[in-house]
Amino acid sequence: MWKWLHPYAKADRAYQLCNTLLPYFAVITVVFMIIGWIWGLAYAPADYQQKDSYRIIFIHVPSAILSMGAYSSMAIAAVIALVWQLRNAELAVIAIAPVGACVTAIALITGAAWGKPMWGAWWVWDARLTSELILLFLYLGVLSLYHAFEDKKAAGRAASILAIVGVINLPIIHFSVEWWNTLHQGATITKFDTKAIDSSMFWPLMVNIVAFAGFVGMVTLMRLKNEILQREKHRPWVRQLLNRG
Amino acid sequence: MQLAGPNGAGKTSLLRIIAGFSTPDEGQVMWQGESIAKNYDEFARQLLFIGHKTGVNSQLSAIENLQFWLQIQGYNTDQDLYSLLAKIGLVGLEDVPVRTLSAGQQRRVALIRLWLNDAKLWVLDEPFTALDKAGIAFLQQRFLAHLEQGGSILLTTHQDLTTHFNELQTVTLEYRH
Amino acid sequence: MLRQHSYWQLFSAVCKKDLQLAFRQRAEIVNPILFFLIVITLFPLAIGPEPGLLSRMAPGIIWVAALLSTMLGLDKLFRDDYHDGSLEQLIASSYPLPLTVLGKVVAHWIITGLPLVLMTPLFALLLNLDNQALIATVLTLLLGTPLLSFIGAIGAGLTVGLQKGGILMSLLVLPLYIPVLIFATSAIDTSTMSLDYSGQLAILGAMLVIAIISAPIAISSALKVSVS
Repeated sequence: MWKWLHPYAKADRAYQLCNTLLPYFAVITVVFMIIGWIWGLAYAPADYQQKDSYRIIFIHVPSAILSMGAYSSMAIAAVIALVWQLRNAELAVIAIAPVGACVTAIALITGAAWGKPMWGAWWVWDARLTSELILLFLYLGVLSLYHAFEDKKAAGRAASILAIVGVINLPIIHFSVEWWNTLHQGATITKFDTKAIDSSMFWPLMVNIVAFAGFVGMVTLMRLKNEILQREKHRPWVRQLLNRG
Repeated sequence: MQLAGPNGAGKTSLLRIIAGFSTPDEGQVMWQGESIAKNYDEFARQLLFIGHKTGVNSQLSAIENLQFWLQIQGYNTDQDLYSLLAKIGLVGLEDVPVRTLSAGQQRRVALIRLWLNDAKLWVLDEPFTALDKAGIAFLQQRFLAHLEQGGSILLTTHQDLTTHFNELQTVTLEYRH
Repeated sequence: MLRQHSYWQLFSAVCKKDLQLAFRQRAEIVNPILFFLIVITLFPLAIGPEPGLLSRMAPGIIWVAALLSTMLGLDKLFRDDYHDGSLEQLIASSYPLPLTVLGKVVAHWIITGLPLVLMTPLFALLLNLDNQALIATVLTLLLGTPLLSFIGAIGAGLTVGLQKGGILMSLLVLPLYIPVLIFATSAIDTSTMSLDYSGQLAILGAMLVIAIISAPIAISSALKVSVS
């Protein structure tokens, strides 16, 4: 069942795979991002309550979704790294982590910026924002653990273990924070009710989500390529590649 | 079998890979026809490893250390440890914390395990460090007894062992840039 | 030289050794309690001694102090074993490592968690908690502090090989403590309103069960990485 994975255990094959996938991700990112931003920021109708300030959701919502998505993909890579002892999967964990952390930071900053006109404060202990903040802590934990190790082999494995522990805890944290929030400020309006969103806003949002996913995938692939090259820099195939280019 | 080579050649790293603590970049360690990574517990049962870090807790006494080690290896603890400690020259020091002993005496506490196990493979990193001449001779006797019983020993040392062990094989590692 | 594999022997040996060491250096047991006590003293000084305010904040104060004081002992949990090579001997023992780890975590809880549970009446007195809340606090600490030990040991295992692992460990572990904090404090809060808080206790219990089963596996793979 997992036989198809085996060729990619070899670093040069994984590198080639990155190279093949990269253009697709790049095209998706560019096309969807241009459409999504123009549609969302210029053509989608203004909200009758929030006026134009709601338009930040075209960045906030995709980045919030991708922050979770990136964490789960990181954890999946971590499981592959530990169970099948694939070093390339460890590199993938490390390739995703900073990208995920950045996306999470974007979600937090845009969330705070949105909170200013809505609640009149930059920071409100809203359940989603709090979860995002904790998620950022988890990302930073994985990153700082990785960089604390001198031996990069051990670093990759340690970061993978932490990513898996984090992903097991993430639903529990999420649930507990939601629950804490309803307990303490029962009647706040949640920021976006998916049912209430109009299709004139929904479709540009979807386009933006795809654009963001493409972007995260693209940056991750580029980072993964770098990680592979850096680890394999003494191998003949890398030397060949460098001499050619 | 002796593992030789200059400082930094990778003797300790190789021993740690063989003992299963580190994983090699390439290749695998085989024991009796099986990769040790596959069935590590089975391999561990036949392995005795004493590294640079000897695994002796400095707050506990020699006796407590040995009893703990016997327990975690699954051996009986009702053995006569006192006479064994006397044999290796630690009379009267059985019950003081190990940290108050000298380096050579601490090393002896760690090496007593060689008399207390039925492991086939001994992996020893610099076992002679800090031992005096009598201690080294005594240890070499124990090595011979183990070899006679069909056991194998893999060690690193800068001592010359050829005079006592005629079946000695030496592998020399060299530093590579 | 017969080997008689008994898991109980291993578990008790590991547990006993750590307890023995702790009782020989009593500071290890006393210091976290003192730390806890001092942190609790700081709060009335910082926010004012008004009894109503204190009893409202007490659950939060007690639990934040508990989180911080368990962190103190965690740093030492595997450090000595790592430096003197005992960890290698434990890995190379013919017993499964998760069981060994379980013994060490239980010992850690007896040294740092259990004293907190036993000292709760005193803390309750200082923070003006009534009897209902006192019982709730004892129950949450009883279920929650072992959880802290299990989760924290994962961080301790990951950072034991590092030069300055202490602060990094708190960064890794504290976010994972958040659910424990939320459910425990909410249980105490609920009890002060004379409502039923068995739901929160059940969640804490469930998390503890999951931790007992899965944390030792994570801790032992973390230790193997640190030793390699």
